[in-house]
Amino acid sequence: MTPALRVDGLGKIYGPGTTADVAGTGPGFNRVVSPTSGGIVAAWDVSFEVGPGEALGVIGESGSGKSTVMRCICGDEEPTTGSIRLASVDGGGTDLRTLSPARRRALRVDRLAVVYQDPAEGLDLRLSAGGNVAERLTAAGWRNFGRIRERASELMLRTDVPLDRMDDPVREFSGGMRQRVQLAKALANNPPVVLLDEPTTGLDASVAASVLDLIRDLLEELGVAAVVVSHDFAVIEMLTQRVVVMHHGRIVEAGLTDQLLEDPQHPYSQRLVGAARG
Amino acid sequence: MTLLDPTISPVALLAADTSSRELLDEFSKREIRRAVLTAVAVPGYQVPFASREMPVARGWGSGGLQITLALVGPEDTVKVIDQGEDAGVNAANLRRLIADTTGVDTTTVAGEATIVQTRHRVPEDALGDDQILVLQVPVPEPLRGVERDMTELRRMHAEGDYARMWVSLYEDLVRNGVITQTTGYPCLVGGRYVMATTPIPRWDIPKLHRSAHLSLFGAGREKRIYAVPPHTDVEPLTFDDVPFEVERTEGASCHRCGAGSPDSGVESFLVELPGTEGGRWVCSDTDWCNRRLSSGMVAR
Repeated sequence: MTPALRVDGLGKIYGPGTTADVAGTGPGFNRVVSPTSGGIVAAWDVSFEVGPGEALGVIGESGSGKSTVMRCICGDEEPTTGSIRLASVDGGGTDLRTLSPARRRALRVDRLAVVYQDPAEGLDLRLSAGGNVAERLTAAGWRNFGRIRERASELMLRTDVPLDRMDDPVREFSGGMRQRVQLAKALANNPPVVLLDEPTTGLDASVAASVLDLIRDLLEELGVAAVVVSHDFAVIEMLTQRVVVMHHGRIVEAGLTDQLLEDPQHPYSQRLVGAARG
Repeated sequence: MTLLDPTISPVALLAADTSSRELLDEFSKREIRRAVLTAVAVPGYQVPFASREMPVARGWGSGGLQITLALVGPEDTVKVIDQGEDAGVNAANLRRLIADTTGVDTTTVAGEATIVQTRHRVPEDALGDDQILVLQVPVPEPLRGVERDMTELRRMHAEGDYARMWVSLYEDLVRNGVITQTTGYPCLVGGRYVMATTPIPRWDIPKLHRSAHLSLFGAGREKRIYAVPPHTDVEPLTFDDVPFEVERTEGASCHRCGAGSPDSGVESFLVELPGTEGGRWVCSDTDWCNRRLSSGMVAR
């Protein structure tokens, strides 16, 4: 079966430097900055697939390249090399990098949604919760006010945003509620692939737990393919079936989430799991 | 010492060429006409142009004035209105300025003019295919209210990404129950670009849709020219289930010509006379109203 999302050999180098500089970096050298040019190899040779209804975790410490990979997939950053394919675009036959920036951006409307750690990145805080959802719907061509209201209310209900707050500006909302609105907006047009970048980081424990519950239910119910980026094992364990571990811009280990957390093989994974389990 | 000679103006001595009274030199006219041609070729697209200094303050009609000055020829007849009125201070001054500097004929009758320069109104009479409507535009960017970054604005226009414009209409409806935008209602031109119709009221928007005349919009301060060519779609942005409505005042009719009253059978855009208790209304288009009166269409 065609994977909903397929990433092959993705690499991103910041600053000066060419692919030749990749040699001196990575876990083996314990560095991401090229000793020859000073270019930063934020991610290199990152490949994975996510099937429909599956959730893949990307875990690693700060600076390991997780967010870079995600930003490259969704189009916020242009990768240096590699290919990204969606089953919903030409049956996976087209590398998204060959699309025009306009078409690339258009994918965000209904093919590839992103939930950011900071709700301000995914939402317009001046608009109402309903308005934020309406933005996605109107971008997809919805032109019926009544139906937009209906769909927005439906999404608010589904993401546990009180309906009587639907017309209040998002800037008046708490962090947890903003994150729920961001989820509602991301799911507005039923995208087959959702990227979640540290979706609960920054929320206090009880709020994070309820948002996490919500995300898990939504992923199960909607059958979307999800990539969950997090440094938090609890999040990865709860949401994902498979996981890749990133270190210094490379994937050092990949496997089933349960297995990898119980029995990590790579020394870095062992350290990471050890640190989390105390 | 000629400079001290009281019979010779020092300004006249400093001026290089005093033979022409025109405000624009031929190169400037050509540049403006080129921008106009581009605007006509790409309906609704805002074409940048090198807005010249005019003897009116920017934001007071300098954009429309430059278009008119660049277009008028000896065979043209110009009408200038402000709020529908030929006698408004701004309209009268601009008309005199245009006539004095170009020698062109002027009129107040919409049907006689080849160029109608306006602020706030489109004449009530439909213009023909030999007429050009020039609008003085204060804010040419319809998306200014939803986005301030120029680069992002250009991207939105280039990609036809008007979702946020729709969201602003959505928010307006949610907050107020109706779309409150009165003048400058956003319209989709030729199915492609969203255009600001500032500063005309909603009433006049249907007159731009598939009209026989050419409409040119000039924004002097913002240095933009855009156009609606003849027979081009101008569709106000509105939700399928929320119809676009023009302004109407219930029970109001022109106290001079009666337009707007049930038995008159015609409607026009009415304005309330200041200082009249209970509201006395009069046609905004004074020329149209006068002609109705003088033609005997109205029993006084």
